[in-house]
Amino acid sequence: MGNCSCQNKKPNSVNNSNAIEVKTEMSIMDTIGRWKARWNIGRMNYKISPGLYMTGRPGPDSEVFISSNYKMSFDILRKNLNGINSWIIVLDTAGINVWCAAGKGTFGTDELVRMIDQTSIKDHIDHKRIIVPQLGAPGISAHEVKKRSGLNVVYGPVKASDIKNFLKNNREITDKMKKVTFTFFERLVLTPTEFVLSLKYSPLFLILLFLVDIIIGKNGLEVFYKDILIFFGALFSGTVLFPALLPFLPFRSFALKGWILGMIYIVTINLMAFNSIQGNYVHMLTIPILVSFLSYNFTGSSTYTSLTGVEKELKISLPLYGISILSGVVVLLINFF
Amino acid sequence: MKMKYLKNVAQLKLDSDKCTGCGMCVKVCPHAVFVIDNKKAIITDRDLCMECGACQVNCPFDALEVRKGVGCASAVIKGKLTGSEPTCGCSDTAGCC
Repeated sequence: MGNCSCQNKKPNSVNNSNAIEVKTEMSIMDTIGRWKARWNIGRMNYKISPGLYMTGRPGPDSEVFISSNYKMSFDILRKNLNGINSWIIVLDTAGINVWCAAGKGTFGTDELVRMIDQTSIKDHIDHKRIIVPQLGAPGISAHEVKKRSGLNVVYGPVKASDIKNFLKNNREITDKMKKVTFTFFERLVLTPTEFVLSLKYSPLFLILLFLVDIIIGKNGLEVFYKDILIFFGALFSGTVLFPALLPFLPFRSFALKGWILGMIYIVTINLMAFNSIQGNYVHMLTIPILVSFLSYNFTGSSTYTSLTGVEKELKISLPLYGISILSGVVVLLINFF
Repeated sequence: MKMKYLKNVAQLKLDSDKCTGCGMCVKVCPHAVFVIDNKKAIITDRDLCMECGACQVNCPFDALEVRKGVGCASAVIKGKLTGSEPTCGCSDTAGCC
C-alpha cells in the first residue's frame, strides 16, 4: 500500500463500489511530499497503489483518465480534475512518472489492458473512451489496446493543466497542448535533485583532494579549503547553472556546452582568487571536465535528447575527458617534483 | 526558444508507401516532427526527433521505424558498463528521469 494521504476510503454508491475517492485539493502533506521528491528524498518510493480512483461523483458518461503510480504524477492529474467527475485508472509503473515509464514500457499496452480488466472499468461506463496522457504514447499502442480491450485510446494533453480546455474543446488537442517544452522553470525544478545526486560521489573527491593537497602536496589547509569550495562550485555549475543556462550556451552537445560553462566558471574563479586567467593549470584541465560530465548527465532529465545522440556524445567526449584529466595529473606531478 | 539536439543523429524512417495519412504520428509526437501533407505524413525536421518511439508503436500501418530508446547519459553509461541495452534504470542509484 502506498502512503497516500488521498486514499481516505469513503462509502460510495453501489455503482462506484471498487473505486477510491480522491480529493482534487492538495493537502499540506501532498505539498511536503512533492517538495521532498524534488529534493530526491524518498523520490524512488513516492507511490500510490495501482487501481481505480474517482474524483467527484462519476457516472457512466464520465471520462476515464489513465495515470502512473508515481504520486507526483497522480497528484498533478487530480489537482487539475477539480470540479470534474471522473474515473482514474492508476497503472503500476513502479512509482515512475508517465513519460519515463512509457519509455521503459511499464506504462504500456500490457499493463493498461490488464488494469482495464482488473478495475472492471467497462462496467462503470457506457462509452468506450479512455484518455491517456500523450506522453504515455511511447509505451501504449492505441490500436493494440483497441484490439485487446475494445476501448478507444484518446491521447490527452501533455500537461494536466490543459485537461479542462481539452474537454471543452471536444477532446481535440490543439498544437499548443501536444508540444513538449523545456522552459526555464521546468528546468529549474529539476536542479535540486540533480544537485543532491551529484553529492553522492563528493566524499570520494574530498578524500582525493585531501590526499593531493595535504598528504602529497603539503599545500596546507588554506589550499585544501579553497579546492573544496571550487569543487562544490563546480557541482553547482554542472547541476544548477547548466540547466538554467541550457539554451543560452553555444553548440548543441550537452558535453560541449557544459565544458564551456566549466571553463567560464574556472576562469572566473581564477580571476577572482589568483588574479590571472589561467591560474592553476590543474584546475583548468579538470574542473571543466567535471562540469561537462555533469552537464552531459543532464541529458537524462532533458526533454529532447535522443539515445543515438547521447551515445555519440559519449563516444566523442570520453577520450577527450581522458586526455584532459591525464594532462592535469601530469601537471600535478610536475609541480611536485 | 526551441532547443534542438545534435544534427543528423536521430534514426527515424518513414515508409511513405505504407502511410495512409491517418495522422496518428502527428497526434503522439511530442516534438511536432510530422505533418500530414497530401494525405501522407512527412518528416519536417528529423533533428527534432528524440527517438521516444511513440510514432512507431502507434502507427497502425507499420510505416514508421525508430531506434527507440532513452536519451539518458546514465542509462547509456550503465548500458556500456554492463554490456546491456541502455534502459532507464530509474533505480535508487541512477539519477534518471
